[in-house]
Amino acid sequence: MRSHCLQSSQHLSAQLFLQQQFAESPGLRPRALPCLDAPQGESESENKLDGETASDSESKCDFGGSSPVPTSDDTPEVLNRALSNLSSRWKNWWVRGILTLAMITFFFIIIYLGPMVLMTIVMCVQIKCFHEIITIGYNVYHSYDLPWFRTLSWYFLLCVNYFFYGETVTDYFFTLVQREEPLRILSKYHRFISFALYLTGFCMFVLSLVKKHYRLQFYMFGWTHVTLLIVVTQSHLIIHNLFEGMIWFIVPISCVICNDIMAYMFGFFFGRTPLIKLSPKKTWEGFIGGFFSTVLFGLLLSYVMSGYRCFTCPVEFNNDTNSFTVDCEPSELFQLQEYNIPVLLQSLLGWKTVRMYPFQIHSIALSTFASLIGPFGGFFASGFKRAFKIKDFANTIPGHGGIMDRFDCQYLMATFVNVYIASFIRGPNPSKLIQQFLTLRPEQQLHIFNTLKAHLVDRGVLGSLEEA
Amino acid sequence: GSCLQHPGQLLTPGPSMATSAQPRARPSALGHQLWKTLSSEADLEERLHELDLRSDSDIPDVPPPTDSTPEILKKALSGLSARWKNWWIRGILSLAMISGFFLIIYLGSFMLMLLVLSIQVKCYHEIITIGYRVYHSYDLPWFRSLSWYFLLCVNYFFYGETVADYFATFVQRREQLQFLIRYHRFISFALYLTGFCMFVLSLVKKHYRLQFYMFAWTHVTLLITVTQSHLVIQNLFEGMIWFLVPISSVICNDITAYIFGFFFGRTPLIKLSPKKTWEGFIGGFFSTVVFGFIFSYFLAQHQYFVCPVEYNSETNRFVTECEPSELFQMKKYSVPPLLQAVLGWETVNMYPFQMHSFALSTFASLIGPFGGFFASGFKRAFKIKDFADTIPGHGGIMDRFDCQYLMATFVHVYITSFIRGPNPSKLLKQLLILQPEQQLSVYKTLKSHLVEKGILQPSLRG
Repeated sequence: MRSHCLQSSQHLSAQLFLQQQFAESPGLRPRALPCLDAPQGESESENKLDGETASDSESKCDFGGSSPVPTSDDTPEVLNRALSNLSSRWKNWWVRGILTLAMITFFFIIIYLGPMVLMTIVMCVQIKCFHEIITIGYNVYHSYDLPWFRTLSWYFLLCVNYFFYGETVTDYFFTLVQREEPLRILSKYHRFISFALYLTGFCMFVLSLVKKHYRLQFYMFGWTHVTLLIVVTQSHLIIHNLFEGMIWFIVPISCVICNDIMAYMFGFFFGRTPLIKLSPKKTWEGFIGGFFSTVLFGLLLSYVMSGYRCFTCPVEFNNDTNSFTVDCEPSELFQLQEYNIPVLLQSLLGWKTVRMYPFQIHSIALSTFASLIGPFGGFFASGFKRAFKIKDFANTIPGHGGIMDRFDCQYLMATFVNVYIASFIRGPNPSKLIQQFLTLRPEQQLHIFNTLKAHLVDRGVLGSLEEA
Repeated sequence: GSCLQHPGQLLTPGPSMATSAQPRARPSALGHQLWKTLSSEADLEERLHELDLRSDSDIPDVPPPTDSTPEILKKALSGLSARWKNWWIRGILSLAMISGFFLIIYLGSFMLMLLVLSIQVKCYHEIITIGYRVYHSYDLPWFRSLSWYFLLCVNYFFYGETVADYFATFVQRREQLQFLIRYHRFISFALYLTGFCMFVLSLVKKHYRLQFYMFAWTHVTLLITVTQSHLVIQNLFEGMIWFLVPISSVICNDITAYIFGFFFGRTPLIKLSPKKTWEGFIGGFFSTVVFGFIFSYFLAQHQYFVCPVEYNSETNRFVTECEPSELFQMKKYSVPPLLQAVLGWETVNMYPFQMHSFALSTFASLIGPFGGFFASGFKRAFKIKDFADTIPGHGGIMDRFDCQYLMATFVHVYITSFIRGPNPSKLLKQLLILQPEQQLSVYKTLKSHLVEKGILQPSLRG
């Protein structure tokens, strides 16, 4: 790593100069500016992969905001010593590689531990992403001097999470909720309570508006809300997908990860034509290679997973054992069927028919989305980082940056899977419908019942077994 | 007015910036000059960054919009002093707006829906225009198209979700519509994604931050204006009374708080809006509650206002005809002993709805003003006097609707929590989409429930 570090001494003196200037700025404590040396330099001269470790990026620009001293390299000592002999390029490769494997192993462990742990992990990731983005906002606007605002941001996060979790819990834990009296009341008036909580936050915001800082405060308000919209809604859609069946959670996420890795490798070995000005390291070869490998990977992974009930069955809450169970009769989506191979591929593969799970066809759609549209989420995050002149969202993971850096492509995937499931796989949730039915007035209930009956008789589902 | 500053106010250079000060002619002209100046120098992002960081007072005002009072009014009122002239203009325009409102109510639900839609589009336009002015981003032509495109997408999504439910019978007859409804979420999502990808592809070096700001601005505006307007329409479908009483309560609170403040106002309420006073606030509260009571009393008597709006596929019209629910049937209430002494009655005949109107008026008077304070803060933050000039004497459409903003959501949440359960036709639609086995099991569950409750007589067989 040479080109950045050569400028570092120049940069530090420039930083000190600017800091002095800012000391005069009224009303705001002097803070070091975010990374000033041109990321344009990074875009042109850096045709390498983002193999820079956190240490390099930090030595040239600090975004911690509170001190001008560059933060130290936080790669664990162990790794540092083990890799001290290699050249820095390969060292980065190794650091990233090891961390990648560590994260994937962690992922498998959590899957093994079950839905409850998964939900908790999703929640933690969501909070961490929210924290990262809000911190960037503080750094950009130097708004540490508005202490109210940190409290308000966390409060809004709490409100929105309460609202979403309440809706989810009410849907899926219907029987549990009906049993406990306080829960029943909370769930009956859930929307009202959530709205009241949100309103309190809103009124606190209005009362906290301080002259001379109106604009800042409105910016932070807008920033918080957009972040909530992005982070919290996505995480709840992921949990909905999870409840549909763990396969709907694992396959999309794995496809995005696979696409990331495969595109990186194809780009590394074959990359030549740049893909988009925004991310100069992406190449068409990587993109297309990633697409095909991800589709293949998706097919294989779904084949393996469809055989296991613990992945394909919807997660249900068992009242008697008070735990989550995944036990059911696999739906026809997960039963092997014979498909005729289209004539073109027959000559290629030499088979006339193939036994596949219908789910694998859906996995092609999921992988295609992950490879073609998923990267736009990554470009969006790249543009965001360039706009606010930050290298990474945070330093949580050595070699990779923040949690948000890892999850930027997942961002659109969760919504897509949720919409896909709702549109093509299943209809609405029957137990939820029953629950809604029970709250209607008697005449309405009768009307619906009769219409449903007429419909069923029409379809021949309800024969002459029943009659009015 | 408080914001009349010299139109030639210059950009005050900050301590660390050597910006060339340009005389300001009109906002757009300056914007263009500034743009050229800044683009030709070092990174535009740097400048904007500095702009963001400085405290508000350094940022110049937008000059006040030109007076758009029509000539007729000016001539008629030329004799009066400026204060009373202002009063008269506002008064006349208020009356004009209220009459317009009554006219549209008379014309029916469909016209009301159209009105709500046009107001929504105008509010959106106003707020987006402010964003352009603040960020001088007229030179990003893509962005205007994208903003309107996103507005279209979100409206399409919401209209498909809510309004389509009411037209179930209409939709059943047409094949293409059925397809659109069945895959509605997917189609909306695909449309939105297209806009998102266009945004990403339109990112231009040196203007990243501006573009992200406009993207966020657009989304927050959509969140505010479009969701509220759809909630308003859903309230409307519940019964026109649920649309009229909240809006009238807010308007009444506005007017009576202003009048009380004008005559009795002394103690300022909040630093943000120095013209508001505690006397106005409290006086407005009590008058709005009384107004709500009386107004609901009158409206609750007519089926036209009370019944849920339904679409009659035979006549292709909206109809409001039904058996009034128990909410709109007179009941005797015992007056609590405290009030008995005051009023001299022991019981009173009221509609149950009037109790609900009490809750609505309370919200309109106590929390509604926060929407107004929010809008005031917003205007101060971006140094604008009014959102726009659409209505002489009043400012833009958004100025009139800023207090309504929270009211619509509250009414909707109130209705779903306390008044009715879910929408029966939507429930039916969802039932019909289920798989046959699921439908059968649901049918059995429902049947056993109904038999248990005695609503359905048990059949002789099975």
